Amino acid sequence: MAPSLEEPTQVDLDAPLKRAPKLVAPEPEHCPGPESQQAGTADSCAGCPNQKICAAAPKGPDPDIPLITARLSSIHHKILVLSGKGGVGKSTFSTMLSHAFAANPDLVVGLMDTDICGPSIPKMMGVEEETIHVSGEGWEPVWVQENLGVMSVQFMLPGRDDAVIWRGAKKNGLIKKFLMEVRWGDVDVLVVDTPPGTSDEHLSVNSFLKTSGVDGAVLVSTPQEVSLLDVRKEIDFCRKAKIPILGIVENMSGFVCPGCKHESQIFRASTGGARRLAEDEKIPFLGAVPLDPRIGMACDFGESFLDAYPDSPACKAITGVVRRVAEEMGMKGIVLGKE
Amino acid sequence: MPLDNIKNIVLVLSGKGGVGKSSVTTQLALTLSLQGHSVGVLDIDLTGPSIPRFFAIEEEKVRQAPGGWIPVPVHDGQMLAPSRSPSTNGNANGDAAASGTQIGPLSCMSLGFILPNRNDAVIWRGPKKTAMVRQFLTDVLWPPLDYLLIDTPPGTSDEHISLLETLLKSTSTPGAPPNQLAGAVVVTTPQAVSISDVKKELNFCKKTGIRVLGVIENMAGFVCPNCSECTNVFSKGGGEVMAREFEVGFLGSVAVDPMFVRLVEEGERPLYPKGTVVEGKTMVERGDGAVEGSKEGFLVDKYRDCSLAPLFDGIVRRLVEDIRSRD
Repeated sequence: MAPSLEEPTQVDLDAPLKRAPKLVAPEPEHCPGPESQQAGTADSCAGCPNQKICAAAPKGPDPDIPLITARLSSIHHKILVLSGKGGVGKSTFSTMLSHAFAANPDLVVGLMDTDICGPSIPKMMGVEEETIHVSGEGWEPVWVQENLGVMSVQFMLPGRDDAVIWRGAKKNGLIKKFLMEVRWGDVDVLVVDTPPGTSDEHLSVNSFLKTSGVDGAVLVSTPQEVSLLDVRKEIDFCRKAKIPILGIVENMSGFVCPGCKHESQIFRASTGGARRLAEDEKIPFLGAVPLDPRIGMACDFGESFLDAYPDSPACKAITGVVRRVAEEMGMKGIVLGKE
Repeated sequence: MPLDNIKNIVLVLSGKGGVGKSSVTTQLALTLSLQGHSVGVLDIDLTGPSIPRFFAIEEEKVRQAPGGWIPVPVHDGQMLAPSRSPSTNGNANGDAAASGTQIGPLSCMSLGFILPNRNDAVIWRGPKKTAMVRQFLTDVLWPPLDYLLIDTPPGTSDEHISLLETLLKSTSTPGAPPNQLAGAVVVTTPQAVSISDVKKELNFCKKTGIRVLGVIENMAGFVCPNCSECTNVFSKGGGEVMAREFEVGFLGSVAVDPMFVRLVEEGERPLYPKGTVVEGKTMVERGDGAVEGSKEGFLVDKYRDCSLAPLFDGIVRRLVEDIRSRD
């Protein structure tokens, strides 16, 4: 049988996420999802061994969503950091964003890492060896400094090099647990770092956070078209999922040779880079951050780049971007670091 | 099984995104083809397929035939005119270049060829991705291939699990060529943040019993095109240390070459400042009768002028030798 070339069906973005019923067979390709409204009744369900189980499963919104909403009610602002592409600096930007906000002692900042297969946040924050503390009231995030807390799956792994070989459903379960169990307390800004792509983690974060409200998403890209191509897909995702886009940041744009001060475009913006993309898509362009080898080194050692090199051009660019993010979120006038 | 006429399958893996899996896959494929092998590239990154862009075949669509999909051809097997790059030191490449090079056919398969619009997001949950990966492995009508390279998304999740489940099942059937699943090439960048994710991938290979053919350290250093000074943009040496720690082979360090980026992004033939010598081979110089920004010719032909080509030539030779010694 020749495979079909029909346009691939997209998932139901509003499907409630709750514990999937226990299935007797793997889900078929066009499965509406065992937790969806049409479970057991859709066209593709005919003949599926799971049909009865799915049809009998309770329908309606996820009963855990109100719990999550209650848990997150003390968080005032939530920012997602997204990019369709990997390795463009989502985690780096997330850490710098958190550090920048936390430079204001009046703000309490949380940073949640939803990249389950490749969590980088603990290393970048210098808290790799930490484990979470479980108390009667929930899981305690790891506090990097007095007003900056971090949560990542890395804290729960027995060995730090262990591979997390999980399918989507299991990852969703963990993200939900993070949102339900972690005791953030009174937090002004929660930064949510995501893995690359437009799949399970993104759908889950979106549906869990929808009722409690997300301020918006910051998209990160590098200047070259190979990367922008994936970021366009992410913009499409945000529009379909109705996540407001705060703007786009261009990372690794330009590199100044320490030898001769000649500026090279390592990742050449042959199609106009993120600035042009932002214009085309009519979303705010938040700024361009140059490639500085010291950023990578600061991340490797778990230090704050902003504290270590406050006078570098990259640092100035980043503070500029953070200020723009704050403006877009309507937090204009808050003090960020030493201004 | 459609995979039966494939001699060797090589996976390109990395726990980290954006380290250059697709870029390494592309260069491995071009180099294998330059060495006369027939090559196929399968891209199973479903939410961010980059292979169509790398091979400059973004506009192509997959054709359907009775029994499956026909992969998109990049070029046919043919004789390539001698390269203009003034090769020296009589390395293996130099001799072949004097009389032209016999290249092997190259074709690709990616979800990018199926999507109606390149900007559309593919928002799929696990089961749907699993089904698509399985379909890519069972329903693509590959021509007889010496090597099938499989480019993967970052991580160790749905795509990887179903890829290995399907591959391990199909390569252990009696009809499959012996040692068909040759192993995995693991790509990393030198900095610690990337290494820590890639270690997870090496453990994934261990757990699933996939042989690691070797580690490639990508983006190790950047040579300033103005003053030829090399800066370690993302530090250096981490890949080699990791390979030693896990007792797997180290295939080599690959620098960032803006000319390669330009070749991929704009299709321009690479040109270098006077006196650039890589692996004993002098690169084509600016103002040496070569036209700046020439876009003529096959990608594989232009790639021969790239400074990374001699490097990959060595890497691929070692890989091929290693794979052959196991057959």
